[in-house]
Amino acid sequence: MYRYDEFDHQLVNERVAQFANQVARRLSGELTEDEFKPLRLMNGVYLQLHAYMLRIAIPYGTLSSRQLRMLAHIGRTYDRGYGHFTTRQNLQFNWPALKDVPDILRDLASVEMHCIQTSGNCIRNVTSDQYAGAAKNEIEDPRIISEIIRQWSTFHPEFSFLPRKFKIAVSGTPDDRAAIRVHDIGIQIVQDAAGKVGYEIYVGGGLGRTPMIAKKIADFVPKEDLLAYLEAIMRVYNMYGRRDNMYKSRIKILVHEIGAEEMKRQVDAEFAEIRKAGTLHLPQEEVDRIQVYFRPPAFETLPDESTELNKAVLGDTGFANWVKSNIAAHRVPGYAIVNISLKPIGGTPGDCTSDQMDAIADIAEKFSFDEIRVTHEQNLTLAHVRKQDLYAVYETLKAHDLATPNINLITDQIACPGLDYCSLANARSIPIAQRISERFSDIARQHDIGEMKINTSGCINACGHHHVGHIGILGVDKKGVEYYQVTIGGAADEKTAVGDIVGPAFTEEEIIDAVEKIVNIYLDKRETGERFIDTYRRIGLAPFKENLYATH
Amino acid sequence: MQLIKNGEFIEDSFVAVGDEDTLPDGPVIVSLERWQAEREALSARNTPLGVRLKSGQEPSIIADDLDKFSVVALEFPAYRNGRAYSYARLLRERYGYKGELRAVGNVLRDQFQFMIRCGFDALEVSDKITPEIWAECSNFFSHYYQPAADGKPTVLSLRQRLAARAQSGGAA
Repeated sequence: MYRYDEFDHQLVNERVAQFANQVARRLSGELTEDEFKPLRLMNGVYLQLHAYMLRIAIPYGTLSSRQLRMLAHIGRTYDRGYGHFTTRQNLQFNWPALKDVPDILRDLASVEMHCIQTSGNCIRNVTSDQYAGAAKNEIEDPRIISEIIRQWSTFHPEFSFLPRKFKIAVSGTPDDRAAIRVHDIGIQIVQDAAGKVGYEIYVGGGLGRTPMIAKKIADFVPKEDLLAYLEAIMRVYNMYGRRDNMYKSRIKILVHEIGAEEMKRQVDAEFAEIRKAGTLHLPQEEVDRIQVYFRPPAFETLPDESTELNKAVLGDTGFANWVKSNIAAHRVPGYAIVNISLKPIGGTPGDCTSDQMDAIADIAEKFSFDEIRVTHEQNLTLAHVRKQDLYAVYETLKAHDLATPNINLITDQIACPGLDYCSLANARSIPIAQRISERFSDIARQHDIGEMKINTSGCINACGHHHVGHIGILGVDKKGVEYYQVTIGGAADEKTAVGDIVGPAFTEEEIIDAVEKIVNIYLDKRETGERFIDTYRRIGLAPFKENLYATH
Repeated sequence: MQLIKNGEFIEDSFVAVGDEDTLPDGPVIVSLERWQAEREALSARNTPLGVRLKSGQEPSIIADDLDKFSVVALEFPAYRNGRAYSYARLLRERYGYKGELRAVGNVLRDQFQFMIRCGFDALEVSDKITPEIWAECSNFFSHYYQPAADGKPTVLSLRQRLAARAQSGGAA
């Protein structure tokens, strides 16, 4: 993991002092809420329906046990004993008091964490693949370049007041777990014929009111030029992105309006100038310095098969189910990737109590080289666990209600906070996700249905990523009543697609039955080995539409 | 309004004139439109001249005229509109402008440091800004990660310096 040096420490400490001063000015009444707003938004402090919310940056979703324990401590001390992991791989506390925020920031700084750029119209926290360093077909650990981007973008003087927020995601494998094509910039690590590592660049993806899939504008940007290339994109956007209407201000609208080719032409021209100036050339020594922090841990030489594991699977069906859904293949023989579901049946997606955080930190310390990852699907990952330890890990997780065996299954849903917390929402999201979860709680049925992603948003801003859910649910308000519009066929992986609207919205009473009908149509129509999304791509919307709205 | 130039609170010697105003004697700042309409008459005046660019008026438009100007004023119509940060860097770093680069409009204390880094050496601020506030807000951070128009050493270059020092035996 990356560790701060003296410069990183100093910057974060100076930022804490600056924000503490701004909070003091607000609390003394020197600043009105209106005047304070732009300042708090530079630091992840939002005003929600009931209270302030604090968003903490977890760069590229990587945490140490020590950091997770500090988050547990903060939840316990300043909040209500839990936190909420988000689709941005961040953590939100929903109930902190403003007066406590400077203390929280000091606590965070003591473990090399902060809230910088978790809100506002700046380059936000960079996100990446939760399997970084563990995935089989990884070209390069995406956290190396993510950390370099984090530093370059921190308090960037030119790009702190962009037309809108700006999100960058990095994937180091051809199969994309970071949803890079629905980000403002998606970076795909690639290798040229000579084995040299560089970057494919996608621009202009995003969800929200106008979902767009990013367009590729560069096939291979050499490593030493990446920052210059990113600066070129940012400058074109900062100069030409629309500022007249906040719903048309994201880079996706600029790319859409001028076209990907013109975007590429402008970026290339700007890139040529920046490159010529030379100040953003990325020296190999700095890459090397950062790479050291992400060196593979001391893996043991193990046989790939573990007899302990095989025996435990045979002896415990609960464990067998968990292994079936929550474990992914690791690149090193004898190791596995463990996914910890934060989607218990009937629970709030992404919520985690302080006690659970402590338990996970202990497990990571003992069994996974002291490291935890947050996924954009609101789960946690232990990247490097010996297969022979899986049963012990499972037992401990189970004791803390953390062994829900549903990763990538129908109850592993994404949901935004919705009307229960958020002032923008039109409808509740969490209760819908909870009821779907209860309806499909039977584990055998979940496994029978197989891979299925249901994403729910409480308004068109799409924080619940409904456009890219295999089934997407969007809460809308019709004359004061909550309705739910359904899309099918979305995906956020290397075959990113925006889902198709099935038809008129459903009431709160109807929506769960509608989801079940969609599932049943799939089960009826699927061919051997087909996932829901495969069947949908084969048969299209019509059969779903016919059945959903058929008069009985 | 108060003008701060290179950290000094000074009297503004330039008069901002509207497009219809009669030009007073002495240094003036005119709009881009007026400059384009009256460039010969304005160039013939034997007194320092400034031009003011609105958000959306790119510096490339005046890139060939920069030797005519003692002041280029870039407008921030709202603090949220950060276009002029890019304009400032282009003027300094690409077009080599060496004269006064002035931030005007919604220039707030929490943006001072960003403006300085992008190459502004003069800021038109509200009268509420005191030298104490300036001292505090223009200097929050000791180091910067990224290169910008101020030419300050980046964290990267400081790290390289430390590494080189360590290699040469740790002499401070």
